[in-house]
Amino acid sequence: MKPKLLEWTKAALLEVQEYVHMIALFGRALVTRPMYPRDIVEQFEAVGIGSMTVVLLTGMFTGMVLALNSGFTLDQFGARSMIGRLVSASMVRELGPVLTGLMVAGRVGSGIAAELGSMMVTDQIAALRALGTDPIRKLVVPRILAGLLMVPLLTVLSGGVGMVGGWIVTVLQFHVAGSVYWNSVIAGLYIQDVWMGLIKPFFLGFTIVSIGCHVGLRTRGGTQGVGRATTNAVVASSVAVIAVDFLVTKLLIVLIY
Amino acid sequence: MSSHPAARPDLLDEALAHGGPIVVFDKINLSFDDKVILRDVSFTLQTGHTKIFLGASGAGKSTILRLILGLLKPDSGTIFVNGERVDNMSEEQLMAVRADLGMVFQEGALFDSLSVRENVGYKLFEELQWPLDAANKRVAEVLGFIGLAEFIDRMPSELSGGQRRRVAIARAMAAKPRILLYDEPTTGLDPITSITVDEEIIKLRDLENVSSVLVTHQLRDAFYVAEHTAIRQAQQLTFKKAEQHKASEAEFIMLKDGRIAFEGNAQELRAISEADPYIEAFLS
Repeated sequence: MKPKLLEWTKAALLEVQEYVHMIALFGRALVTRPMYPRDIVEQFEAVGIGSMTVVLLTGMFTGMVLALNSGFTLDQFGARSMIGRLVSASMVRELGPVLTGLMVAGRVGSGIAAELGSMMVTDQIAALRALGTDPIRKLVVPRILAGLLMVPLLTVLSGGVGMVGGWIVTVLQFHVAGSVYWNSVIAGLYIQDVWMGLIKPFFLGFTIVSIGCHVGLRTRGGTQGVGRATTNAVVASSVAVIAVDFLVTKLLIVLIY
Repeated sequence: MSSHPAARPDLLDEALAHGGPIVVFDKINLSFDDKVILRDVSFTLQTGHTKIFLGASGAGKSTILRLILGLLKPDSGTIFVNGERVDNMSEEQLMAVRADLGMVFQEGALFDSLSVRENVGYKLFEELQWPLDAANKRVAEVLGFIGLAEFIDRMPSELSGGQRRRVAIARAMAAKPRILLYDEPTTGLDPITSITVDEEIIKLRDLENVSSVLVTHQLRDAFYVAEHTAIRQAQQLTFKKAEQHKASEAEFIMLKDGRIAFEGNAQELRAISEADPYIEAFLS
């Protein structure tokens, strides 16, 4: 039992070391040449535009179900007019960033791990290095930049459509006037909430994409290895989204509230 | 096709002219965990010559190519490529050394998302920043050289196994490297296609003075590359049996358990096989 635990600990520490090493190389590649602008634009499109549908649908239905559930509870206290307050606070502070993060982890994190993993097992990464290209600059930098900048934008969209979804349910199901709902939405939001909703996704986007890249570049063992890498990337980045969300929320509560 | 992108000082250029030591391995040792891959491996590849590595699977043949490229570092020993010591170089320094190296990977390792033109011209477009016209011209030229000019706009998935290997050779030679490394370039190919790939290797060696390291366990291909020569006369290209002095420019190295079990030309390999049961078993 003991040697197995020791082996597991060693493997885990090695993974952490390699992850930190990759992040350090990313930091260096970010401020030195060469850069690959065409790849950066391509990744912005793949991560941002490619994830838009799934994020919009998730945001919309989350807002709708939030309004529906909270509406019935608030109705018992004669507080239907407060639905907007609840929807906006929940979507902007917590559900928007986390659900967007989870959706991007499922769609983008897995895609990156599978793509880079396939490139690893078919020697395409070695071929890149042989041709004089640094895979960190060519593959990792564009993806992490796309994650860093597109996840916050997707989160804003998700929060926005979530509130629209809440509005539809509030008006159609609970017969509350639209103006009352939107006034409640604005009344429920504080500037600190907006900051929290905007800052968190940067950390989440970075975490999801960097885990996808790390797992992809560590893939071994043919097509089976690619499958394993894809699963690992989704599981690890989904757990990391929740954990990072907690840590960043804790930090921001201390710093800005 | 005579000028090379990687400039060398004149003195080094003179030292590494035809017959000079372009790749040197000195007492290289390498292990992965407890498994010893290479033990005390030393050899010299001379400019314009060919080294052919033979050996059982897992004998460390492909590892040698990765060490030359700097994709792996030895545990001990020194490696010189093109007059520069590469075993202690950083990844950034190695990029400059790799400018003069081309590698053909086992399955071609073509980039799936790029067309044949983009694959072949990758280094010219992305790394060397050649003007677009010059790069396109060079891509057309090397595709013509390997006889695949009409496939320029195809995707790798639309090519046969043999065509993929030949495109991989075109990609490796596009930037006019002085050294080409071939990792099992004919494995899994039918005999006719294998000969086509072998002839590309011979053409590059004899017509372009490219030094080559060939890793294979296809004996027929190894002997074909070692014992044939390419001659161009009045735009006519022919392959014929090489004379003894030319054939001896191709040296075989047989690896066994990470050590060099034999080093010599084709004739010597055949001669020793009668006395050495391992080599005899391998050659039969």
